[in-house]
Amino acid sequence: MSGGSGLEAKNGPMAFIDKDMIAAEPRISEAMPGDFLALLKPSVMSLVVFTAFVGMAIAPVTPNMFVALVSIVAIAVGAGASGALNMWYDADIDAVMGRTAKRPIPSGRVTREQALAFGLILSAFSVMTLGLAANWLAAAMLAFTIFFYAVVYTMWLKRWTPQNIVIGGAAGAFPPMIGWTAATGQIGIESVVLFAIIFLWTPPHFWALALFKSGDYARAGIPMMPNVAGEASTRRQIFAYSVLVAISGVLPAFMGFASWGYGAVAAALGAGFVWYALGVLRMDDADRAMKPAKALFGYSLLYLFSIFALLLVDRVVVQVIG
Amino acid sequence: MSAMADNKPELVELTDTQRKAQRRRSIAIALALVAFIVVIYVLTIVRMGPAILERAL
Repeated sequence: MSGGSGLEAKNGPMAFIDKDMIAAEPRISEAMPGDFLALLKPSVMSLVVFTAFVGMAIAPVTPNMFVALVSIVAIAVGAGASGALNMWYDADIDAVMGRTAKRPIPSGRVTREQALAFGLILSAFSVMTLGLAANWLAAAMLAFTIFFYAVVYTMWLKRWTPQNIVIGGAAGAFPPMIGWTAATGQIGIESVVLFAIIFLWTPPHFWALALFKSGDYARAGIPMMPNVAGEASTRRQIFAYSVLVAISGVLPAFMGFASWGYGAVAAALGAGFVWYALGVLRMDDADRAMKPAKALFGYSLLYLFSIFALLLVDRVVVQVIG
Repeated sequence: MSAMADNKPELVELTDTQRKAQRRRSIAIALALVAFIVVIYVLTIVRMGPAILERAL
């Protein structure tokens, strides 16, 4: 171990890192509650809360307000727990990436064992609470989502294949589906459309980030698409997925669970997504500033928030008018 | 007496930072537990409604 977090890839770029390099010596914890809160990835949790809430709000069944509130909190805590388990397993690669080096484990504020225990306990409590509050189908879906993110994505896909975030994106796409199921007790085709929007949105969002952070991912040994298939191939795939995102965004109007007003705005937002992706597609190989990729990354966040906010507003307007 | 003194267990003296962190973690755990108990209590009443009172005494 070298000074500070002292965690570096042993054999240069793309080398896998020995997990035992993470500090494991017994010590008395100085972790504050805020450090444990950081393990839950609050920014990801906020998106989960929002999308799960929209899934629940546009469902044809309106649950009791208290049950709805507890269900949303349980889904959020479950998502946070999977984030803690992700940080437990990925502490070695988090330490060598600028974006993640200040997380609680690589910075030495929380031990890996503490993060593991915290993640497991919160997983169990969140699933049990959702089952008691809403129904056991929703609870089973939450349990599967935690398993999918912590085991399938984090332990298996992330370090193995450049399709990691394509398949792993399902974990982030489940929350609105769980929200819908918590309200109705069943999986509706409408909730599958909400799932599809986030699922298809994930690759262009993360590959845009991977384009301008490819050095970080290479140092950590993560086979992201630009590092494996090259930047040109990644740009083409970003464009293809962006077209699919734009199409999926208008599906709620075509399937009748959102108005044509929603459909028009969603189509305009989708056209914007494709426009930004076109900028990435046209990006020069020598372009190291990668402004189009950074612009697409920013726009993708705005797009997802806008689509779900629109669905919510659309439902409220339709209920008030109708 | 000297034998007893020899068997005295080694105690770890917490630093101020460690003591403060431990206290804050304890308070956070206590608050989380109380919140969880209240949630389950209210949830039971909401889910079961008046039926919660219809039981054999």
